[in-house]
Amino acid sequence: MVQEIMHPLSKYLREAMIPHIWCTGCGNGIILNCFVHAVDELEMDLDKLVVVSGIGCIGRSAGYTNADSFHTTHGRALAFATGVKLANPELNVVVISGDGDLFAIGGNHFIHAARRNMGIKVICANNFNYGMTGGQQGPTTPLEASTTTTPYGNIEHPFNLVHLAAASGATYVARWTTLHVRRLTQSIKRMLQKEGFCFIEVVSPCPEIFGRRNKMRTGLEMMDWFKRASVVENFSDPSKAEITPEKLVVGEFVNIEKVSYEKFLHEKISQINERKVGW
Amino acid sequence: MAKKEALLTGTHFMNGDIACAEGAIAAGCSFFAGYPITPATEIAEHLSERMPEIGRIYIQMEDEIASIAAVIGASYAGLKAMTATSGPGFSLMQENIGLAVMTETPCVIVDIMRGGPSTGQPTMPGQQDVMQARWGSHGDYEIIALAPSSVQEMFDLTVEAFNLAETYRVPTLLLADEIVAHMWEKVVIPSAEKIRIVNRKKPNVSPEKYMPFMPDYDLVPPMACFGEGYRFHATGLTHDEYGYPKTSSSEVQERLVKRLCDKIRRNTDKIIRVEEIMLDDADIVVIAYGIVARAALSAVKKAREKGIKAGLLRTITLWPFPQNQIAKIEEHAKKIIVPEMNCGQMVREVERAAKSTLVVFLSKLGEEPHTPMEIFEAIRRNC
Amino acid sequence: MVGIMRIEIRFAGFGGQGIIKSGIITAAAACLYAQKNAVQTQSYGPESRGGACKSEVVISEEEIDFPKVVEPDILIVMSQHAYNEYAENVKQGGTIIMDPDMIPHEKDLKNVNVFRVPATQIAEGMQRKIVANIVMLGAFVAVTGLLDKNALTEAIKANIPRGTEELNLNAFEKGYEYAKNLLKS
Repeated sequence: MVQEIMHPLSKYLREAMIPHIWCTGCGNGIILNCFVHAVDELEMDLDKLVVVSGIGCIGRSAGYTNADSFHTTHGRALAFATGVKLANPELNVVVISGDGDLFAIGGNHFIHAARRNMGIKVICANNFNYGMTGGQQGPTTPLEASTTTTPYGNIEHPFNLVHLAAASGATYVARWTTLHVRRLTQSIKRMLQKEGFCFIEVVSPCPEIFGRRNKMRTGLEMMDWFKRASVVENFSDPSKAEITPEKLVVGEFVNIEKVSYEKFLHEKISQINERKVGW
Repeated sequence: MAKKEALLTGTHFMNGDIACAEGAIAAGCSFFAGYPITPATEIAEHLSERMPEIGRIYIQMEDEIASIAAVIGASYAGLKAMTATSGPGFSLMQENIGLAVMTETPCVIVDIMRGGPSTGQPTMPGQQDVMQARWGSHGDYEIIALAPSSVQEMFDLTVEAFNLAETYRVPTLLLADEIVAHMWEKVVIPSAEKIRIVNRKKPNVSPEKYMPFMPDYDLVPPMACFGEGYRFHATGLTHDEYGYPKTSSSEVQERLVKRLCDKIRRNTDKIIRVEEIMLDDADIVVIAYGIVARAALSAVKKAREKGIKAGLLRTITLWPFPQNQIAKIEEHAKKIIVPEMNCGQMVREVERAAKSTLVVFLSKLGEEPHTPMEIFEAIRRNC
Repeated sequence: MVGIMRIEIRFAGFGGQGIIKSGIITAAAACLYAQKNAVQTQSYGPESRGGACKSEVVISEEEIDFPKVVEPDILIVMSQHAYNEYAENVKQGGTIIMDPDMIPHEKDLKNVNVFRVPATQIAEGMQRKIVANIVMLGAFVAVTGLLDKNALTEAIKANIPRGTEELNLNAFEKGYEYAKNLLKS
């Protein structure tokens, strides 16, 4: 008799939506895997979890997760998630999206959600380019990198995402690569238990689209770069957390306590009703 | 800890923006997200004070794109939600109005029309967003838009907008002009039992059997919300009844988009509201909305005094457009006059619906709407 | 008090003089405290302060269809610019109540009753230039008799910041008395 073997984590995935759309060697599956492991290890109530994403390859993660999920328009995941979190603060609201979605078209929403300290947990897959549309230059594309819209080499300076997140007010900021599976999972667990706006950047291989134009044709070659260049520098200055061919600084950069927007708001509402408003 | 009253039953003297805000509260709106813009700012200001004192949510977002996105999020998390803006902000919202249409999100968007294009005349009135309201987002869709003519209607139609949004799971627009929004007038807020409130249909199946985009006989799917245990997916991509993306299926695209249109088209009789004044024997009919309808009413009365058989059709519902009501006019009217504070928007629909009756368009732009005398003169010239 | 069909009142000046508020108070008085129909509309530029500004009120025993002023019965005017713009538009036999210190150049107007009330000066005498508009409202009630004094004072109280009642009612009374004396002379 043939016994059907279920993957132990399959209950976290919406199997009807799988197979996924990701290329061979892509890091998105690793990120989703780490996220699901973190949810599992924390024994989170899937009925109280909402996964929101924007547009881009990683944006499909929302649909693959067996929780309430919403796939917004390009760049708007955080603004949508803000409405969800405020409407029902009991929900654990996670945004999983890409560098282009969160920091180019959605950049304004990112800095303001962080500034407000909205209780949203953000996982950003940084693959250095717009993968889904075929590999155009984006806000994290390294200087001189070749993309379909920088055929002579990129002349724009990339964002340092962890520095931006820290400066914007996030209470938790970390960067890992898809090579750091255990650390990333632990980091996601830590983030999911924190109050306020939290951000994890995951440097992720995109060999089919980005790598092959930049001398890293396979996922393995890109992972090799992560292995060769990564340096764990926990609680170092995020402004100095560089990503270069020689050095890729990873680690936890910020882990502070700060009252979240939704908590502040509800305290305010109680105060108003007790007539203790003012500075 | 006595909470303030949510419903301010009684007689008030207030402006249109405040009446709109109170209408939202009366309708059960528990979430407002917005961004300051003249002449809609007073709605946000008023709600920033009122919402917290009755335990509801107000947030100022970083722009109008974020405002409508947050509104959609709040609606999916189970709250009745609204945003308010004016022309430039309304333009920014169009992308996510499309998302609200596609994900069948009940929500209300107030657009206080000012003079455009672009920054235009921020403090001056206009009726220039009528077509943007209908076609502003890309793709095919149907939407509901209501045009208030008085401060009382700013209250009443805001309540109605929520009811329509919840009934049909469609973003519903309150398309007001700067004059009605800033005008102060008497408003009577009824007691709770006299206000009709509609709430979205909830699923009556177990989560395992729930298909979030499977419509009932009325073409509207029941709506579960986040956190209720249904664990469903919604997307702006073309999707099947499970909410799963079907980006390569012509059949699903056809089925979904046609249903999104049909759920409004097949219910136009229930949705559309017009006011018909002295139409039965009218040779000449003025069709107007918003502030202009009040000048038109004055003009029509004056024409009747002078023995001219004039009538007024006030389109309270602008979208879906009241075609049948106009076809009815065509049976007896010799001419139709359409005054608008734009260069010709609703008049195109009137021409389409009227077919053979001659339609005369009266345009006016800038600070003042048409005066009753200007419309009366047009009636006199054309009778 | 006689029944009124449709009375159009225009308040005009510049932003910061309380022009819009004056219109709101007058319309509220008519609507809530004198059981008439009333509507207030306004027009102002994008400037918060200093730009041209007008506030219009229509009062009627009947339902008001058109809410804007077409040809005002009464003009209450507090700046030269507004005076130049609107003085000649007043209905024949109508009334202008003006602040002469703000309007040094007057036109030769026919068939209009002109009342000069130095509202800004009176308000400055109270160390509160900001209540000049309320002084004008006192004068308006005294001159036109359109609305009861009581209706106006109730509307004022409902539309001013808490704690300023005495100041505003005082200003109203001063305007009222000044205009009463004008009528006597």
